[in-house]
Amino acid sequence: MNTLEFFLAGTLSAATIFLLAALGELVAEKSGVLNLSLEGMMAVGAAVGFVVTYESGNHVLGFAIAGLAGVCVSLVFAFVTLTFLANQVATGLAVGILGLGLSALIGRNHESLTIAATEGINIPVLSDIPLIGAVFFQQNLVVYITFALAIVIALVLSTTRLGLAIRSTGENPHAAQALGCPVFLIRYGCVAFGGLLAGCAGAYASTIYTPLWADGMIAGRGWIAVALVVFGTWKTGRIAFGAVLFGMVSLGELIAQAMGARVPSQLLSSLPYIVTIIVLAAISTNTARMRLHAPFSLGETFDGSNDR
Amino acid sequence: MVFRLVKREHASRWMLLVTPLLAVLLSILASSILLVILGKPVLLTMHSFFIAPFENFYSITEIFLKFGPLLLIAQALAVGFRAKVWNIGAEGQMIIGAICASAVPVYFVDSTSGWMLPTMAVLGALGGMAWAAIAAFLKTRFNANEILVTLMLSAIALQLLYYLLLGPWKDPMGFNFPQTVMFQNEALFAPLFSGVRLNTSIFIPIAFTLAVWLLMEKHFAGFTLEVGGQAPNAATYAGFSAKKAVWVSLLLAGFAAGIAGMSEVAGPIGQLQRSVTSGYGYAGIIVAYLGALHPIGIVFAAFFLAVLQIGGDVALVSADLPISAVQVFQGLLLIFYLSVYTLVNYRIQPARVEKAASTGLPS
Repeated sequence: MNTLEFFLAGTLSAATIFLLAALGELVAEKSGVLNLSLEGMMAVGAAVGFVVTYESGNHVLGFAIAGLAGVCVSLVFAFVTLTFLANQVATGLAVGILGLGLSALIGRNHESLTIAATEGINIPVLSDIPLIGAVFFQQNLVVYITFALAIVIALVLSTTRLGLAIRSTGENPHAAQALGCPVFLIRYGCVAFGGLLAGCAGAYASTIYTPLWADGMIAGRGWIAVALVVFGTWKTGRIAFGAVLFGMVSLGELIAQAMGARVPSQLLSSLPYIVTIIVLAAISTNTARMRLHAPFSLGETFDGSNDR
Repeated sequence: MVFRLVKREHASRWMLLVTPLLAVLLSILASSILLVILGKPVLLTMHSFFIAPFENFYSITEIFLKFGPLLLIAQALAVGFRAKVWNIGAEGQMIIGAICASAVPVYFVDSTSGWMLPTMAVLGALGGMAWAAIAAFLKTRFNANEILVTLMLSAIALQLLYYLLLGPWKDPMGFNFPQTVMFQNEALFAPLFSGVRLNTSIFIPIAFTLAVWLLMEKHFAGFTLEVGGQAPNAATYAGFSAKKAVWVSLLLAGFAAGIAGMSEVAGPIGQLQRSVTSGYGYAGIIVAYLGALHPIGIVFAAFFLAVLQIGGDVALVSADLPISAVQVFQGLLLIFYLSVYTLVNYRIQPARVEKAASTGLPS
């Protein structure tokens, strides 16, 4: 594998973490819930996924339990914000802090351990194509599932009854409830779905992308995923594009070192954060477009029982 | 649903006072369960957390050492939170404050000037404010979400700190440790008592608390700030500026966090090193909420979290409790606080009353 193949293949693999987490956040936000605990949910998923995979040697089991752990953390958030009507921003931060603490607690006996790297699946014939084969047809199964999921989510949101219910819940929960839409249930479901994907994204990071556990290994990727939903103006295709872009940026450090660039490594490590700020400013400056695409009730507490 | 929440006619003042206490009790309960799962002795751990920190004079001064920066940062953050300006990057503003303050003793290693400490304070404050100003500018000019921007800026500040400590500012005689030279006495606050680390910088957060209390509770400017952030349209109509709320909130937090960073390097640490913030920037968010975003409430909340941090250090030794357990407890505390806080504005009713209410019968 030459440098270019390595870079492009690595980009898709790194993008998978961002995309998986961002898709879950997208669904939650489409239903009107701003869940800022993404970083914490991913950290719990990463710790649980690693510990289970390390102890059982079974990647599928690792993903399943990590996804479940993500759901559990997201349900704490859902309970506090949806049932107890607490502020979504503050609760997201609180659950995020809890998640980071829990992840360190769960992984404390597995610090710096590694598991064997997994082989990608080789799609016959296609994987033999020069360059394209190595980049697109020798990836891990999760990469394909994630990008397929992006298409499925886009279709569900735009063409199905369920998607319509989710979107109307996010736009105007009062009207949606008046029309018989189970707002409460839909929001719980969307938040839990976000937790599931965040847990799996964490597990992908700790068992496949870099198969090791280190406290703090999510390193802000959850927050970048939150930013990606804004960059993509709540549209699946643009979010996927953004994820690939950030996959590329996060590999910048490796590439610069491989090419022998004489830049402080700390500057390269800051690159994803700097790019996030610049892109965020560039996209948000068009306030009209932001207002048009953002779910209208995003982040607002919905007190449905007092509607009548 | 077993119960439902019914909006109160008026917010309950009584609940407002009970909320933090209830949150503390619930978190103690929840973490006791966690301790049993971890196989740690519950009573010994609780003793380490809440009794041991008060058992000797030195330990009490250490509580106040942690109390200072927590109080300073939380007071400033609360002003922003009340105005719905979500600055969660106090950590980064604190790092930049510490870096800017450290520049003085790092570049004037042999100076014995009495101006060193004041210069460091000014530079620390300006550094923190400049870092926060980036977020304020991007928010007011480009509408960029301040939560994400301040968070990303914290990550960048940390990388800048690592760069300086591994490169140009590394102590040449420091056995390659990522830290600067130890600062001279002229660059340090004087200890309050001999043999303790608590120093005269403790008066800064106290003075700052008074100033914030006067601003928010007694002065019209505090009111315009709150309205400016919470209801931008109403504020514009009344002639208050939403942009001003963003700028004031962020600059105030940058100032406080910068000074907090400066007091760490010019106080207990005595040099610039990787763990310069001790997580005060994030803990400050919890303190601000637990204190109900009120200047007086925050004093109690800061003290409680300071005890918790010292208690965590004790429990680390006495009960072999991992340090991450303190983080879990802090997270639980805030989660319970936010849940219970709802009862300030809502009453809990059993769900079966709902039917009676919906048929129009008096409940």
